[in-house]
Amino acid sequence: MTENNMNPLSTEMLYPVQNGIGNMVRTLFPESAFIINSLISICSLFLLVSLLPVFLIWLERKVAARFQARLGPMRVGYHGLLQSSADGLKLIFKEILKPEGADTFVFFLAPILPASATFLVMAILPFDHHLQVADPAGGVIYVIGISGLSILGILLAGWASNNKYSLLGAMRSGAQMISFEISLTLVMLLIVMLTGTASLREIVLSQQGTVADWWIFKLPGLGLIAFLMYMVSSTAELNRAPFDISEAESELTGGFATEYSGISFAMFFFAEFVNMFVSAGIAATFFLGGFLAPQIGVAFIDPLFAVIPGFVWFFLKTFFVIFLYMWFRWTFPRLRVDQLMYLEWKMLLPANLLLLMSGGFFMAMGGIL
Amino acid sequence: MNLEPVNNFNPDEGGIPEGFSRTSSATKSSEEYFLNMGPQHPSTHGVLRLVLRLDGESVLGVVPHLGYVHRGLEKVAENQTYLQNIHLTDRLDYLSSHINNLGYCMAMEQALDIGIPERGEYIRVMICELQRIQSHLLWWGVSGMDLGAITTFLYGFKERELITDIFEELCGARLTMNFFRPGGSFADVTDGFIPRIKQVIEIMHKALDEYNTLLTGNIIFQERTKNIGILSKETALSYGCSGAVLRASGVSYDVRKNDPYSIYDRFEFDVPIGSIGDCFDRYCLKIEEMAQSVRILEQAVQTFPEGPYRSQQKAVYKLPKGSYYSQVETARGLLGTYIVAEGGPKPYRVKFRSPSFSNLNILNELAVGHKLADIVTILATLDFVVPDLDR
Repeated sequence: MTENNMNPLSTEMLYPVQNGIGNMVRTLFPESAFIINSLISICSLFLLVSLLPVFLIWLERKVAARFQARLGPMRVGYHGLLQSSADGLKLIFKEILKPEGADTFVFFLAPILPASATFLVMAILPFDHHLQVADPAGGVIYVIGISGLSILGILLAGWASNNKYSLLGAMRSGAQMISFEISLTLVMLLIVMLTGTASLREIVLSQQGTVADWWIFKLPGLGLIAFLMYMVSSTAELNRAPFDISEAESELTGGFATEYSGISFAMFFFAEFVNMFVSAGIAATFFLGGFLAPQIGVAFIDPLFAVIPGFVWFFLKTFFVIFLYMWFRWTFPRLRVDQLMYLEWKMLLPANLLLLMSGGFFMAMGGIL
Repeated sequence: MNLEPVNNFNPDEGGIPEGFSRTSSATKSSEEYFLNMGPQHPSTHGVLRLVLRLDGESVLGVVPHLGYVHRGLEKVAENQTYLQNIHLTDRLDYLSSHINNLGYCMAMEQALDIGIPERGEYIRVMICELQRIQSHLLWWGVSGMDLGAITTFLYGFKERELITDIFEELCGARLTMNFFRPGGSFADVTDGFIPRIKQVIEIMHKALDEYNTLLTGNIIFQERTKNIGILSKETALSYGCSGAVLRASGVSYDVRKNDPYSIYDRFEFDVPIGSIGDCFDRYCLKIEEMAQSVRILEQAVQTFPEGPYRSQQKAVYKLPKGSYYSQVETARGLLGTYIVAEGGPKPYRVKFRSPSFSNLNILNELAVGHKLADIVTILATLDFVVPDLDR
């Protein structure tokens, strides 16, 4: 790994200021550090989790409108920026209907699970060098484990709704997520294997250097293939088109969310979009150098890029991946449920195993990395 | 969760839903259930209700239930004058209302022996072909949406809008036109008519390429439609299918070619036919039909004559006693109009033979053995309009 050239305006320049504020707080409230630290991080995460979907829904609608030769929301706020806030408000004030014969407890528990799962994963995303709520050593395993929670929510929703469409959607979704999680895990495993660490921050730091050191461009061709694999499996994991068979509005009307209304529907909807952000964030972390500034080897551009704070790069890369997800959604038709299973078990899984083996081969060869 | 096995299915007073027999082809170990699809369902295109017998995702049987938009148009027609009835035909298959008007007017012209001036015939052919393209564009967009590609819906509507604008300029209406009259049409075309059609021709050439890039060539789309809902030649003929559904199964029958009406025999166009009759064949056929309609328009624009647009105008038409039949090729297939007259200003009986009704009958034949998602594909390519089913 090459050392990142120090430049006069890097994030490290701000440490004295940060430390100054920190010291002041520590002197004034000697015992408060523990509480304040966690309080600030939790509050900012809450803020992020609740504001992100509002923006992402607006973005999705605008991107869709662009693809479809129309304008999208234009009335509420500048270019419709407040449209999704207005929609969210509407959903909050709407009556929550519960179908007859539904399991009340499970019916209302279900939307909470995906929402909380996304919140938990957000906690370990490395937004910047030191902007990360927690960095557990087994971060990758944590991500994989927690993302299983959202599928639980969908399964429960389908089961508790007392509706055949919901049940069909939930069962489809269950089968789909369990299968694609394997591919997703294998792609992550490849990177974990190559970097030798499961901490998300360490994975980002392993890509220091120029753009060519990002995992997507490393391992001649294989990195790119791994990235594409990740995109396919994560799209399926997110239940987004062309893999949105669990919602499939033209077949199952609303899939697992058919019977949901008001805020409980909004929670599914919001979780879906935060999930998309998390998934894109992980793609950026694993393959696109996370918060690292892209160094393309041109003398007068590199320092300029390095001045821009890391979290800006992180968000830029994440939104690039999100744009890819949206591009898929507004271009492709939907796969059928058996074709989806065929794709996973007979095509993606063997390909992933092969990828893992070739990754191991490159590791054994050493120097190429 | 309340999934009752077939034996205990008790929607009203015991028994299983209407149209199904108690025994089924599924094995004992499977758990069958019935699913009600519609009348409020996104992909039944209106208020069609299907009752499905499913085993998991596999379809064991389909029974369509009609009648949710039955308006008794044929009965209404008995109580109105012949001229007033033209607007009723708009409401059969609202996507080809011009062509429906034409079928009804042709039956009247046959009864009264009315001739149509040259310009009137040209106007009819051009408008009917525009209508066919317009209807197919809507079908293309909607069937893409049924398969999950929502963008196609808006692409289809983008081009459709141009044609709808032409109609709006002609007769003020965008959907239910009521434009043709016995002996021609109720008004002459505007000055902008021909330039606008030329514009449509130009755009359609590009648009069809775009559609093929966006949807036809897509691997997921082909996987979803190929070998789904295969309709054999014999089945198609025995059920009385017509239009693209029949032609996709390899039967070359188009009323415009086989029983030419108006001045269709003067134009050069092909009748595309399919090979195996699956959903993909039906889809490709409709795309090709749009290209052929553009071809007819190109020829008509070249030789569009001057002169009167209507041969005669009357406030009340009285058809002589007898029965009259005419048939036209709508965007969906063969529309037959049968009028029984008793000499008065009102018909004794009017009967429409609608293409959607005959085409929907084969649904069960096509759907059994496929997955739930394939029902949506099959419905999309059968391309029916619900008011045309019920009348």
